[in-house]
Amino acid sequence: MSGSDGGGGPEVATHCPYCALQCGTVLAGGPGAVAVRPSDFPVNRGGLCRKGWTAPALLDVRDRLREPLVRDADGRLRPVDWATALDTVAERLRRIRAEHGPDAVGVFGGGGLTNEKAYQLGKFARVALGTSQIDYNGRFCMSSAAAAGIAAFGVDRGLPFPVADLGRAEVVLLAGANPAETMPPLMRHLEQARLVVVDPRRTRTAERAAVHLQPAPGTDLALALGLLHLAVVEGRTDSGYLAERTTGLEDAWQLAAGWTPERVERLTGVPVAEQREAVRLLAEAERAYVLTGRGAEQHSKGADTVAAFINLALALGLPGREGSGYGCLTGQGNGQGGREHGQKADQLPGYRSITDPAARAHVAGVWGVAPESLPGPGRSAYELLDALGGDVRALLVFGSNPAVSAPRAAHVTERLAALDLLVVADFVPSETARLADVVLPVTQWAEEEGTLTNLEGRVLRRRRLLGPPPGVRSDLEVLHGLAVRLGQDAERWPTEPERVFAELRRASRGGAADYSGIDYRRLDAGEALHWPCPEPGHPGTPRLFLDRFAHPDGRARFAAVDHRDAAELPGERYPLFGTTGRVLAHYQSGAQTRRIAELAAAVPEPYVEVHPDTAARAGLADGDLAEVGSERGTVTARVRLSGSLRTDTVFLPFHFPGAGRANLVTNPALDPRSRMPEFKVCAVRLSPATESR
Amino acid sequence: MNARVGTPAGAAAPAGRVVVVGHGPAGHRLVQRLLALGHRGPVTVLTRGARAAHPSDAVDLRAGVRAVRIDRVRRLVHASDGSAHRYDTLVLATGARPAAGAPAAAPPAGPVAVVGGGEEAVRTALALRAAHRDVTLVHREPQLLGGHLDPAAAELLGRAVAGAGIRLRPGRTALQHAGGRLALDDGESLPATAVLRREPPVPETALARAAGLAVGRGIAVDARLLTSDPRIHALGACTGPGRDGWAQADALARLLTGTAPGPVPERPLLRLSAAGVDLLAVGTPGDGDLEVLLRDPARGRYARLGLRDGRIASAVVLGLPRAIAAVTQLYDRDLPVPADRLALLLGTPAALPGGAEPGPDTVLCHCAGVTRGAVAEAWHAGACDVPALAAATRATTGCGGCGPDLRALCASLARASAAGPARPRELADQPA
Repeated sequence: MSGSDGGGGPEVATHCPYCALQCGTVLAGGPGAVAVRPSDFPVNRGGLCRKGWTAPALLDVRDRLREPLVRDADGRLRPVDWATALDTVAERLRRIRAEHGPDAVGVFGGGGLTNEKAYQLGKFARVALGTSQIDYNGRFCMSSAAAAGIAAFGVDRGLPFPVADLGRAEVVLLAGANPAETMPPLMRHLEQARLVVVDPRRTRTAERAAVHLQPAPGTDLALALGLLHLAVVEGRTDSGYLAERTTGLEDAWQLAAGWTPERVERLTGVPVAEQREAVRLLAEAERAYVLTGRGAEQHSKGADTVAAFINLALALGLPGREGSGYGCLTGQGNGQGGREHGQKADQLPGYRSITDPAARAHVAGVWGVAPESLPGPGRSAYELLDALGGDVRALLVFGSNPAVSAPRAAHVTERLAALDLLVVADFVPSETARLADVVLPVTQWAEEEGTLTNLEGRVLRRRRLLGPPPGVRSDLEVLHGLAVRLGQDAERWPTEPERVFAELRRASRGGAADYSGIDYRRLDAGEALHWPCPEPGHPGTPRLFLDRFAHPDGRARFAAVDHRDAAELPGERYPLFGTTGRVLAHYQSGAQTRRIAELAAAVPEPYVEVHPDTAARAGLADGDLAEVGSERGTVTARVRLSGSLRTDTVFLPFHFPGAGRANLVTNPALDPRSRMPEFKVCAVRLSPATESR
Repeated sequence: MNARVGTPAGAAAPAGRVVVVGHGPAGHRLVQRLLALGHRGPVTVLTRGARAAHPSDAVDLRAGVRAVRIDRVRRLVHASDGSAHRYDTLVLATGARPAAGAPAAAPPAGPVAVVGGGEEAVRTALALRAAHRDVTLVHREPQLLGGHLDPAAAELLGRAVAGAGIRLRPGRTALQHAGGRLALDDGESLPATAVLRREPPVPETALARAAGLAVGRGIAVDARLLTSDPRIHALGACTGPGRDGWAQADALARLLTGTAPGPVPERPLLRLSAAGVDLLAVGTPGDGDLEVLLRDPARGRYARLGLRDGRIASAVVLGLPRAIAAVTQLYDRDLPVPADRLALLLGTPAALPGGAEPGPDTVLCHCAGVTRGAVAEAWHAGACDVPALAAATRATTGCGGCGPDLRALCASLARASAAGPARPRELADQPA
């Protein structure tokens, strides 16, 4: 399947390597000369942002990892052959397990891994390593929406409807989502709709809004309660729908009853008139959607905040109706599939619970092991990272860069350094890879086959244009090599993605995310298959909940939630809110996009967005180098003035390494249900940088 | 984290057996928050009202039972049904008469007269009007909300209230209501099937006074809501006018469960928002305050801010919803007022130093990072329509939102080109 040079060579239809929208693209050309163009795929309809346009450059980054590295006695990473690298890892894992037990080895996965890799990684942890200590960076991404979605609807699928349905909406409320920067082609589906945007910042998405609700950071839960309050007292609820399709409004109302618009205004700063206008727009629309993003979800109360927005959607009768609904805008490329196949601490493939005896028996059967041999639930992502160097002595990292992306990043970096063994599989020397004892160079998107599941639950084929560069192996080959060295039967660890997918289908059968009717042949024939797809002839399920929700009684459940403060509020020492987020030119920790010249030139260095008054009070002007400090650390960043920002808030993009890591200041306070860290609010202070760069 | 050792009912002290007297909004919220924050001891609520729903069985709610006497020595509350309730912590939430902020039972159909010119009266009149009722507001004083507003603001508020469709009878006294009509002192007879008298509420302090607790305009409490007895707290309308019982309840629940230090200082505010009338009044103007004034009577907009040390000491804002929300937050948290006061009052972004005229370096398409200069260059290289420009520069290929801007730029380049040879390259060549 590998392509030949330039123009006349074969073309390959695949998808962008970055976000959950998974824009359809066509690749052509050969090594060093790959060209990309957007395809007319339904989610992007011929659109592509500059990350997608420049993605071919990712195949040729100068410091691409091309050989395994092992840290030698002098502490330097030295090239070795694959056998030496894998032998080293296996030998040291065996020793650590013998000394400290199986839970002394941890595994950290990623929401960018293909379904096949995510599945195999979970199986590897539970079967080959026998550890419960596996989680992944999706915990930092989707976990709050997942927890709230499962509680409300009985199943979690980011969008329970195709993206293209948004195109006919009259009104869309976006809570803490900024798709104009994070997934620009999605905006093509929002051209008709009037937007209600909830965001403390006047983002590019907010600029397109009919109503921009600008709450103080960490108060969006109160705002959502207030919108429900207005919907009820103004008689805008859908009583027939409430009676037939929901339960629990009474208990939810007990708590929302006190959130009068005036009280909500006082706490959030959102004018009463704008709250009323938002509810009026949503309620009067024939077709309306409520969508949440990380801004609402990345809080120590993220699950409750999402639940409160779902409550609003339910009160208005939106979910489970064609042309209306609630959804969450998944972030990472395979954020959806990545959370379904068992790399999450508490889950087994098919979106099954690891504590459910029937689920354990089914999956153990597919894996050919005894159910009681499967470990129980392990720690969540931050808790796992926090435990490194304690009872967890070794960590295997696949497709993640926690030294930049985890909250309280300096502490996490210390914990990584305290390990007896850190193994990182990646295709670039990420900040985490640089800390590793063993680095394993693996394939990337255009060099591999597989599937991903996009934000609408549609399973997509990733296809190979090029063979991997010499010295590079696929993650499946890495897992195979390690499993065999750990005494596993080679037959059980296939390296062909299609074979792994066939096993994944069986493992998912009967689960919430049932893939058993999906295969490569159907996908390659162009079928649009959204899970669940329980049988070979099944057409898939583009729209969930049209007849019933996934709870046993078929009803959606209101959640009785109340507002609570962020874990940390501004005070005397740290008088400002610090919040974090993304910019268009970069993706996640930036390990990939910072290596692409055009993207690096667009946003070359860390910056902090500041209101001009706040900057002046700190003695800073536009372009000055500033320090943003919290209880946990200090970020150095260039001042960018923004007249539309609140005076009590500064914003840091989180794509930069070293002293520019936004996560040096973020707070690892966790949501009690989802274990999501509080990336979106912490207390900070702003001052001129003490040393210039 | 610093537990105050030795202070009664300090942050770390367990509240133990809690008795709450009164189950209005403040009492209800307190009990709700105590449970949410994990208070473990027994909670008893005495309320003379009918039984209200409560989200937990963990509360002993005695409906229709009045507290008649507090025995501070034995720490007992004696009740009207002969029962006695021992407490470690007693909370008085006895409210005010008539109940402050309580929703009026919907009066019978037909025109309604509301009597009174204070906050309660105006609030009631606006709420009824928002429910499309026929409302007349009769008040003795010449202006509404006497004492809270300066004359200019009061006049605009009167106009706004009238504009909402409420008939105003200022300077009038209601005499007699009979036969569906209300007689005023000037001889007018108003149609009114119901008359609602809304006088300022009087804090209910009898129980506290009888128990020998200090009482001023309401039951006297300190910043931690303690009365003169260290075992007894009080909150809500019984502690005086303008108190925010909800915020007090949240703070007291944190205090009693040891989850956070004492309450934040309270900042009473007057806020009306109904039937299109938006008003905020806070604080008291002081000598030497810097005054910021915006008057726009034609559109019913008014703001008077009194600034002390760059912070809001007093404010009256009418008809400017965004400013009301922003000023409320600045006042509540005692934050510095933005330098661009006009932007604050109009709810627009603050002006940045310099400002920016679009030039060749201005980004036209953010998704693809294409500047106006790059578009002009491609245009002169022969890409003279939108599809050709998109292919050449990738502009419009992301979210598609810059399409109109690109068409406009394309048209202006074409016009400039037609106008003469000297101008076309201007955009591409000139520095910002």
